[in-house]
Amino acid sequence: MSALALYSADVVALARKDLKLELRARDTLPAMLLFVLSTLAVFHFALPTGSGENAAYGLLWIAILFTALLGLSRAWAPEREGGALDGLVLAPSDRSAIWLGKTLATFAFLAAAELVALPAFALFFAPVDLVAVAGVVLASIGICAVGSLLAAMAAASRGREVILPLLFLPLAIPLVVGGVGAGISPHGATYLAFLGLYDAVFAILSWATFEYVVTE
Amino acid sequence: MSQSQYVALAYGIVLFFVLLWVAIIATKLSRLERETAELADLARGRRSDG
Amino acid sequence: MSSRNNLPILAFAAAGLLGLAAVLALLVAPEDADQGISQRIFYFHVPLALTAYLCFGLGAWKALRLLWVGGERRDLESYTWIHQGTIFGALTLITGSIWARASWGVWWSWGSNQLVLFLVLFLFYCAYFMLRFSVEEGARRERICAVYALFGVALIPVSFFAIRLASDFIHPTVFTRDGPQMTNTMFGAFLVCWCAITLLAYVMYRTELVGKRADANLRELREALS
Repeated sequence: MSALALYSADVVALARKDLKLELRARDTLPAMLLFVLSTLAVFHFALPTGSGENAAYGLLWIAILFTALLGLSRAWAPEREGGALDGLVLAPSDRSAIWLGKTLATFAFLAAAELVALPAFALFFAPVDLVAVAGVVLASIGICAVGSLLAAMAAASRGREVILPLLFLPLAIPLVVGGVGAGISPHGATYLAFLGLYDAVFAILSWATFEYVVTE
Repeated sequence: MSQSQYVALAYGIVLFFVLLWVAIIATKLSRLERETAELADLARGRRSDG
Repeated sequence: MSSRNNLPILAFAAAGLLGLAAVLALLVAPEDADQGISQRIFYFHVPLALTAYLCFGLGAWKALRLLWVGGERRDLESYTWIHQGTIFGALTLITGSIWARASWGVWWSWGSNQLVLFLVLFLFYCAYFMLRFSVEEGARRERICAVYALFGVALIPVSFFAIRLASDFIHPTVFTRDGPQMTNTMFGAFLVCWCAITLLAYVMYRTELVGKRADANLRELREALS
């Protein structure tokens, strides 16, 4: 088998492991779904009357960000508690496969949460067009890519769970700009292109540097 | 506050921060001095033992 | 490691240059016709910002070298550069805020792209310290911090574009401030200030590094002696 095929096989195996674990434990995904719905409900009460649709779009992104943080934190909980990735015995050069596997699994969870959140949002607040959905998808890629790397860093830290949001939020700001812009701006395509740029830059950076973060 | 007072405030804050940094470095320096003295004592003790 | 110890000379030079810079900025440079005296803040504010960017860049460069080549000293160097960047970044925010107050009457404006960018970077690099102090010392911490430093410099241009794009829909009251049309004297004063502040940052960096290396050496000594 070629190196690429081996690598892909590793990635798929890792992602499937995470998904299977979740299917059995069923604790992360329901929590994320309930969290996103509750947050949207809270936002209704947080928004004064006459706030307009644009404010609601902003809050949608807050909901997505924090749901993602919840998912990321849970996805890395086993590694955090058990020390560093002991169970995953891979050659150093293949450790980026762990990152890719985790990212894919987290993306699956986040996408599932968004499949619930977006219709709920459209129901509670404002319609969601195709460009906005594309924005959500592209931003989610960025969230999972960067989030997986940062969660690995956080897993190495003694700090409590608060360290992951602290690391994540500044890096998430451009994603929020892109996502909200895609939703409300007439020039949505510009924001989609920007999100694509963010994804490219940070996914490559995360993929390349992951092994340095997890190696003992 | 008049305009010149804002200018004074801005430059003053820069000066303040630099002086604050000096104070912190001075604190660190005294700590280093104390630790070096302790280690010198340890070394002297070692030499007289050994 | 310190080949010829030039730190004292550099420190005195920095002091002298900074004094000269202050005189030029406050007394010699002609007053700006449009903005009046508050424009003088610019002579320090912009060099502070440029120096902060430089420090973050150097921090990332040292981080990259750490990952590529290794060596514990690079970890300390990267950390110290980022520390300087954070200090100068904080000063940029403060002087920028004062300038905003003097020019527009508000202490903060989301319309000032540079201020907003520095806020994002400041938050990012503050998290750097949280991260550093929550991971146990060792090779892994060095690498984690180095990776984070690299993310920082990637964030700078990306954030810049994001903030530009955001001004489309955030709709702050956009205050425009054209860069002063600088006369030669003004530009000369600006250059001196820029050199002075950059040199100041370098001297502070070297001084802090001396302290950190002394710390590390003392710890080794302590372990050897006890």
